[in-house]
Amino acid sequence: MAALDILRRPFFWVIVTATAAFAIVPVTTGDVELREGLVLAAIYIVLASNLNLMIGYAGYVNFGSIVFFGLGGYIGVYLISSLHWHPLAASVAAGVVVSALAMLLGLGILRLRGPYFALATIGVNEAVQAFVSNFTPWGGASGIYISIDSFRSLGGPGPALWVIYFILVAIMGVSLLLAYGIKISKFGLGLLAIGQNEDAAAVLGVPTPLYKAAIYGISAFLPAMAGCFYFFKSAFIQPVDAFDLGLSVEAIVMIMLGGQGTVSGVALGAFFYEELRGWLLTSESFAHFQLVVSGALLLLIVTFAPSGLMGWIHRRWPATRRLLE
Amino acid sequence: MTRWVRIAAAALTAAGTALGAAASAQAADTITVGFTVSQTGALNVDSLAQLRGFEMWRDDVNAAGGIKVGNKHYTVKFVSYDDQSQGARVQQLYTRLIVQDKAEFLFSPYSSGLAATAAVISEQYGKLMLTVGAAEAKTYELGNKYLFQVYTPADKYLTGALEGLKQKKADATIALVYSDDPFSKAVAGATREQAKAMGLKIVLDESYPPDQTDFSAIINKIISAKPDALLGGGHYPDGATLARQLHDQNAGIKWVTLLVAPDSAKFASLGDAADGISVPSQWAPEVTYKPNFGPTPEEFAKRFQAKFNTPSDYHSAGGYAAGLIFQRAIEQAGSIVPAKVAAALDKMDVTTMFGRCKFSTDPKSHGLQLAHEMVLTQWQKKDGQLVKPVIWPRSAATAPILYPIP
Amino acid sequence: MSGLLASIVDGILVGSVYGMAAMGLTLIWGVMDVINLSHGALIVGGMFALYLIAAALGLSAYAILPSAVVIGFGAGVVLYWLAVHRMIGRAPLMSLLSTFAANLVLIGIGTALWGTVLFNVPVSLPGLRLGGYTFPGTHLMAAALTGFVAVVLYLFMQHTRPGKAIRAVAGNRVAAELVGIPTRRVLASAFGLGAALACVSGALIATMFPFTVLSGDAYQLKSFVVTVLGGLGNPAGALLGGVALGLLEGLVTPFMPVSWTSVIEFVLFIIVLVAFPRGLFNFVFRRS
Repeated sequence: MAALDILRRPFFWVIVTATAAFAIVPVTTGDVELREGLVLAAIYIVLASNLNLMIGYAGYVNFGSIVFFGLGGYIGVYLISSLHWHPLAASVAAGVVVSALAMLLGLGILRLRGPYFALATIGVNEAVQAFVSNFTPWGGASGIYISIDSFRSLGGPGPALWVIYFILVAIMGVSLLLAYGIKISKFGLGLLAIGQNEDAAAVLGVPTPLYKAAIYGISAFLPAMAGCFYFFKSAFIQPVDAFDLGLSVEAIVMIMLGGQGTVSGVALGAFFYEELRGWLLTSESFAHFQLVVSGALLLLIVTFAPSGLMGWIHRRWPATRRLLE
Repeated sequence: MTRWVRIAAAALTAAGTALGAAASAQAADTITVGFTVSQTGALNVDSLAQLRGFEMWRDDVNAAGGIKVGNKHYTVKFVSYDDQSQGARVQQLYTRLIVQDKAEFLFSPYSSGLAATAAVISEQYGKLMLTVGAAEAKTYELGNKYLFQVYTPADKYLTGALEGLKQKKADATIALVYSDDPFSKAVAGATREQAKAMGLKIVLDESYPPDQTDFSAIINKIISAKPDALLGGGHYPDGATLARQLHDQNAGIKWVTLLVAPDSAKFASLGDAADGISVPSQWAPEVTYKPNFGPTPEEFAKRFQAKFNTPSDYHSAGGYAAGLIFQRAIEQAGSIVPAKVAAALDKMDVTTMFGRCKFSTDPKSHGLQLAHEMVLTQWQKKDGQLVKPVIWPRSAATAPILYPIP
Repeated sequence: MSGLLASIVDGILVGSVYGMAAMGLTLIWGVMDVINLSHGALIVGGMFALYLIAAALGLSAYAILPSAVVIGFGAGVVLYWLAVHRMIGRAPLMSLLSTFAANLVLIGIGTALWGTVLFNVPVSLPGLRLGGYTFPGTHLMAAALTGFVAVVLYLFMQHTRPGKAIRAVAGNRVAAELVGIPTRRVLASAFGLGAALACVSGALIATMFPFTVLSGDAYQLKSFVVTVLGGLGNPAGALLGGVALGLLEGLVTPFMPVSWTSVIEFVLFIIVLVAFPRGLFNFVFRRS
């Protein structure tokens, strides 16, 4: 059966194992600081792998992908703090709403090609940020504070942080599976064709506008859910943090670092990048230089190794192509 | 790939263990206080001033033999990280401070937003946190047990300015123009209510993005509204710019009170643009509080100047006071168990060089600062030089109020 | 003088400087199809150059402007060889990323050197007083200088050999190579020219407003909006676009809270991108 085919592929099990490891390791070691670091890594992986659907598969560079994360965060936090929804319900609602908005928006801006599309996505992020900064029901530029009481539905702040962690790891796992599942499906084939040569794909019968809008909407869903949980955990959301364009671009760096279009590469790229940043931040000598290091790293990758880590690995050890897609 | 992952993992673990070992190898009888500092990012100027206050307290305490708990003496040790003025890493860093660096007590990051984010972690672990540089009152309405505010909350910031204005012109009209950040908005909200209660009319009420540098449009709007007074501002960068441009555009307003910015010594570099501008301050070196313990305001200011070669301001005074209050609570509790120290803080009603200090024990606003008051200082020209005496409350004033301002 | 008129006029004055900033961006884009994401860093570079040289030599700010041009040009050429040269002809994402990387490095070095403290270049120039409103002298001077630079640029592009070479390469790189134009050098100088424009506009902005190392981002975004309004690759359009943006800001601010202006700007940005991909002015004036 086609749907269960995926269970036979080795990479599927690699994803499942990695996700399980993420979930189990902090529990067994009881290392809370590790958990905090892995939470950020999981979020980066969610952002990067969903963005990869646009960049690596369909070939459309979304520079403002953080808008999904931020908007999902705002919708979720608002539902939780003002309307007292349960966090899970709020995050699903956030995912659905943001996806729907993305699809609608996509129908408009996906008509643009190349750098114009990239610019438009920046414009979208900035417009949404500027709007939210003025939108008083959402706290305007000061943002929304979440009371410690809201964590009660998950058992109080201590247990809640664990539950949120597991949920975010699950979202990470689903993102990776989604990316893989799409890649080996007919939909994915169509997307890759669009990425290679959109006009040829259209001529060959790929319904390009529909596919593009669909993937744009899909790429918004999980980041929106992740956004809801991340800001809920932080107990505070404000426009400047929620719509941080720099984070969008870092997601692109992670994709390039790991190898665009590959699922494992992007996950590894995100993971290593997060570890690197975390280390730079707390290291005595480099704290002021993180930007310089990130920038230099990116420049080197783009100039000398544009197919990223995975590209190099696949070339060196062709056997890994099946195992780590 | 697996080989690289293993090597990386081994390296990370080795680094982690080494750090852990170093942390636990600290001398016995030390108290570790953890916090983050905004060494980079928009908040760095104020955050660093606060840090100097912390450091001076730590050095003073350790020079005097440490904090006395029963018949033991504890030296104070700080562990701190850069939060880059952003909330994203605050939770991870505070978790690290608590779990890895084993901080027994915490100071908050600088600014209300970051303090709120850190509070989730401190509350989760039941660690006491003194918030400094955080005036937002809402944080204490969210149900905490171990949070204590050193600063006067935002709602009381412009009360003095309004009272002073009312005294000079009973029917003054006000333009309320403020930065769109949690602190300034909280102040503006309270000011709006208080002005209405006092019968002062607000003719313009607008916020601007915190990173605004071009105020010409807003200033034109202010000029069109013809107010007697301008109240508002935000933090240093926008406040200083607003003041400069008000001057360039000959706005001619008779009374200007801006938040935070004019309090810094750097503000004097604006020259004529600074003349007459007043600022509510958590503290000024000229105040005449009589402390129950610790140095007097004058002693503090003198020693601070000598130690750091730069004048003290309320950020550094607040940092120093936080340390003093903390030390006092531990000494009164006779223990370093958080619950006992918290109980001591709940009971506290003292005066330090910073002013009076008493925390709210009402669960709906636990930790809110009740007793500390703001002073209003104004830049005035004396013999051609710009100085900043206290002008309100009149009881603590060292110079007459200048109205209308030049 | 009504508040509205004052607002509009001041908007146009400042907008023209934004136009000059955008001219640099659009020039590079038009000539080599590269969106320079280190544009913001170059603007900040101009600001700091002005500040440092003014502090060191004690000269008037306006006397230092020519050096901003030279510094900008030099920086641009270096940037071209380091980050852009290999990306010409490759997928657009590559040059976006390489210029962005350059931006990170430059801003990172900037924050390490100067932190995020606010800097100010004190320039005192008497303003123009009309009714109750004053137009700051710095705004008037900046607008005048922008006009001057625009004219010089136009003359350069139309009537000098290097200028024509740049236009030739922009039009058809292969053909230009075939007729013997040293395209790589021309591309490098075109990038340098764009960078110089960014630097000078930064210096002019510094005479008007205070800045920090991080100010470049906001002006870069404004440059994007202006460039899109004016049409990519069209420096005259960029100038007009800047003026138009300033005009819009001036019209809008008296009637609504100032913070709504950015919302309007960005929504306009998206609409123009989607509906008028060749820019508003190209559409209006029917050029190709």
